Amino acid sequence: MGFPHKSHPRETPILSRYFGDAEARTLEGWKKRGGYRALEKALGMAPAEIITEIKESGLRGRGGAGFPTGMKWSFMKHGDGKPHYLCVNADESEPGTFKDREIMRWTPHALIEGAAIGAYAIGAETAYIYIRGEFTEPLRVMGAAVKEAYAAGIVGKNAMGTGKRIDVHVHKGAGAYICGEETALMNSLEGKRGNPRIKPPFPAVAGAFGMPTTINNVETLTAVPHILNEGPAWYKAMSHSSPKSTGSKLFSVCGNIARPGNYEVEMGFPFKDFLYDVCGGPPPGRRFKAVIPGGSSVPIQTMAEAEATLMDYEGFIAQGSMLGSGGVIVFDDSQCMVKQIARLARFYAHESCAQCTQCREGTAWTTRILERIERGQGTMEDLETLSSLSKNMTGTTICVLSDSCATPIISGISKFRDEFEAHIKGKRCPMGATAAA
Amino acid sequence: MADGQQITLTIEGRQVSVAPGTSILEAAKQAGVLVPHYCYHPGLPVAGSCRMCLVEVEKAPKLAPACATAATEGQVVHVFSERALEQRKSVLEFLLINHPLDCPICDKAGECELQDYAYREGPAQGRLRDPKRFNPAEDFGGDVLYVTNRCIMCTRCVRFMDTVAQDTVLNVSERGDRAVIGVFEGKELTNEWAGNVIDICPVGALLSKDFLNKARSWELDRTPSICPNCSQGCNAIFETRDNQVVRMRPRSNTEVNQYYLCDSGRLDYRWMNRTDRVEAPLLRRGDRLAATDWDEALRAAALHLNGKRAFVLASPMLSNESLWMLSRLVEKTGGKGAFRVRRGPEAPLPGVKDLALRAERAANVRGAELLGFTKTDTPLAGMGDGDVLVIADHELAEADIADLARASAIIVIGTVLPETARQAIVVLPSTNMAEEEGTFTNLRGRVQRYQQARSGPGMSQPVWWAVGDLLTFLGEGAGHYTASETFDSLAQARPEFTGMSYETIGLKGQMMASNSEPARTIG
Amino acid sequence: MGGTRPGGDSSHAVHTKDEQYEPVFVGEMERELEELLTHYPTKMAALLPALWIVQNARGWVSEEAMTEVAERLSLTPAYVKGVVTFYTMYHQHPVGKYFIQVCTTSPCGVCGAEDTVRALLEQTGCRELGATSPDGRFTVVEAECLGACGFATPIMINEEFVESVNEGNVSDVLSRLP
Repeated sequence: MGFPHKSHPRETPILSRYFGDAEARTLEGWKKRGGYRALEKALGMAPAEIITEIKESGLRGRGGAGFPTGMKWSFMKHGDGKPHYLCVNADESEPGTFKDREIMRWTPHALIEGAAIGAYAIGAETAYIYIRGEFTEPLRVMGAAVKEAYAAGIVGKNAMGTGKRIDVHVHKGAGAYICGEETALMNSLEGKRGNPRIKPPFPAVAGAFGMPTTINNVETLTAVPHILNEGPAWYKAMSHSSPKSTGSKLFSVCGNIARPGNYEVEMGFPFKDFLYDVCGGPPPGRRFKAVIPGGSSVPIQTMAEAEATLMDYEGFIAQGSMLGSGGVIVFDDSQCMVKQIARLARFYAHESCAQCTQCREGTAWTTRILERIERGQGTMEDLETLSSLSKNMTGTTICVLSDSCATPIISGISKFRDEFEAHIKGKRCPMGATAAA
Repeated sequence: MADGQQITLTIEGRQVSVAPGTSILEAAKQAGVLVPHYCYHPGLPVAGSCRMCLVEVEKAPKLAPACATAATEGQVVHVFSERALEQRKSVLEFLLINHPLDCPICDKAGECELQDYAYREGPAQGRLRDPKRFNPAEDFGGDVLYVTNRCIMCTRCVRFMDTVAQDTVLNVSERGDRAVIGVFEGKELTNEWAGNVIDICPVGALLSKDFLNKARSWELDRTPSICPNCSQGCNAIFETRDNQVVRMRPRSNTEVNQYYLCDSGRLDYRWMNRTDRVEAPLLRRGDRLAATDWDEALRAAALHLNGKRAFVLASPMLSNESLWMLSRLVEKTGGKGAFRVRRGPEAPLPGVKDLALRAERAANVRGAELLGFTKTDTPLAGMGDGDVLVIADHELAEADIADLARASAIIVIGTVLPETARQAIVVLPSTNMAEEEGTFTNLRGRVQRYQQARSGPGMSQPVWWAVGDLLTFLGEGAGHYTASETFDSLAQARPEFTGMSYETIGLKGQMMASNSEPARTIG
Repeated sequence: MGGTRPGGDSSHAVHTKDEQYEPVFVGEMERELEELLTHYPTKMAALLPALWIVQNARGWVSEEAMTEVAERLSLTPAYVKGVVTFYTMYHQHPVGKYFIQVCTTSPCGVCGAEDTVRALLEQTGCRELGATSPDGRFTVVEAECLGACGFATPIMINEEFVESVNEGNVSDVLSRLP
């Protein structure tokens, strides 16, 4: 809802309706706002029914992969005699993304409700909410909310008096972006280094503790109660461009823009209107130069591409990028693209788990080349090398952190080549910016 | 053995059928194609992290890691296509950017998998224009030196200690390109099996301190043999340089030691190079022992044995062939034989079935017992007064000295002349197991061949040869000219060895007939 | 890369290494650990939470603490250390009373994060990233994306999350610290 700004009339505040509303955090407050009706309803349905509704709605994973949620839930085989697990991915660490944080600190019970429904639908009696260690407030708020939920018998041995067990545990991370990758999250939960696993086996077959597991993003799960309350047709109707993208999406807007914050709009919203109208346009005296629309792992868009985009999964792909996590990072004309791309590469180098050769060595190597170019010590050959390394880092590793490092480099050199060449030929940053030495 | 359940796929144009669940990499091995790899090892859980083994699978959009991808029916796999080669070249480039140009001073040169693949398929030039990463080397304890800069983070060592040795003392520390292999201070690599990480390390990051700077790999001769230092009978390779055994490495045998050797075994080879050897037959002339030739020495020995019983103190380190001939001497003279075996703590390797550093620290206890030698802590107690004591390369303990005086004469057939047996009348020089070929019987009854790795000093001969000739002088005419023939005569005479020959034993060994009971141990 | 971890140089830090090690998991904290263990099917899964208990109690995770945790959870010290060194938030050395992390990843980078870092280094007396100030009160490091990009620049002071810090209000933020 544009939080911390006032809600813009063109927004559709569903998940974000109560951002900033302190009363919404409490169980009583949440119930007053319609909370836990959906869970009560769900516990009276068969899991297969719930899954059908979610499939119907077209809900797709909001963490970045956009995988159809109903289909993901249907991979879990009921009656196999094994404990099933639901892992809630609250590790939100993708640069530019800060929506799950808001959901958790303002509407914790929304997440608990969505998670409980999800757990029930996949036959899990235990749900772990894996929250990154840096999220002090969400950890505190979620912890308190879970306590309330247990005390009121909403979750626990006898969820809402139905005799069904749903346990919810908050698990604190300790500082690793890679733990947002689903298999790395499971390893971290198990008390190991957060190394992603090779797939197959897929989590639905052998996940946390070797048991069938489903991992869902926070935003995805908080949409579930609404879908059960209002019906899948209601959710599907929020789709103004591609029919494969339905519902509302929280976009985290940050960088050089008048009103950074979280905004909720329906799928297919025009990106140009979003940036200039809803979010207030560039800072005074500046013009937009580039935007990364879906968290730093998606290709950078030129303003021409961005302004032609309709905001949904297919829409961003059509304009040279991806929806990803919906973390919109905006750069204005005072920013040096080379410096920012170098800084992003440095992020990935810091976060690489070290398993795969291309990622371990490549993230660090590309960072050093980029920083050298930024300092004015680069050569044209370095651009060739960067392109070649980026290509070798794409599609060759256990997880896509390596690809994510390559993406801003490839799209940066392709769409902002003049800035790179200016650094190389002029032997300095034309904007006078300096990267880390 | 065509099984309806087998999966057939094509690798580099060769069709191969494998069991379901087989990885493409293993299927390729069966097809005779080696997919280059680092982190994969058949004895370890799959990591799939080095990314060297990425192969092209027709109709699949991405390259597949051969070690972690199951073979499926009808797959067509290319290991040396342009795409696969390009990808491997890039992996090698990434590995080489921070890898120091240490080949001239690195022990692994010549047997280094990074060198091998870089030469074959790697980039000719590096593109790094920035300083290389540097980390100091670290002594991990035990025999292991970690040269951090050379490490390619394949994590074979960590997985070995964790799953095979089941002693998680190695970890990966830090993250990204700062990652290194680490130990916890104060808890170093003193595990009996830790030295295996040196063998499985594909590069020169984990080195043997014992072998450090001793020899270049291309200067070494390699001989298939058996580690003689306990009764497990691990298969080994003896590596020699200028006729010195400088290193013992494991030889794989899925029935005995899989891919591993223990540290107590592998590091105990210096005795094979001892120089304080008996090099010529010696004959007592008055109060001295004087060198002579074999004939004279044997004749003198036979003379002393005439009409007497021979009591043979036979080392359990001797081969089946040698012990067989000694047992014939015992029989001929109506005597007896015994031995003492050194013992130490047993140290199993938990991740491998039935593999341990055994309590009995000798190679052929089972063989010795089978051939009639009594295992006892007081071997000379069974010697009759006036017997001729034949010491066949057996160590003498303090407790034995008193009994020596009861023998009418002492004949030594051995590698060294024990101080306390200087009163021997005849000393015959023998080869040690590195200097001859022969067989041992391990504690499970597995008969295994070892081959000659170095030449013995002076006029030394295998014990079976010396005893054979001795028996000839005693009127037996039993001499054999080769170890193989000697073994054949054993096989003919003893039911446990029936049907066996050097051919049937080959290089992997052969179980004794109807017999897999462990040898009875004392205590 | 990035100086996000406290530097290996602990010459400014408060040394507690010479003191006798007192176990962490006694009394209340032992009960907390026991309760935690009921949440997971394996002991190993309680490792990250157990390490948090240690860090909350002692301010950092020493090698002795790693050994204690290892014993409690039937793990080896080497294993625990491998996990501790993977995650950025566990300190392996004592740090200043106030451990300050400043996000400098691009979304905050374009909103003046570097200026915020500079101001903090000056005003805390730390002068360089990763070093502890001479009075032992502060350590300042860079952090990667803290997940509050719209509230640039977020900083963490120990477990406290402070949003929208800029070079202009650094002094206010610091003055509020006891």
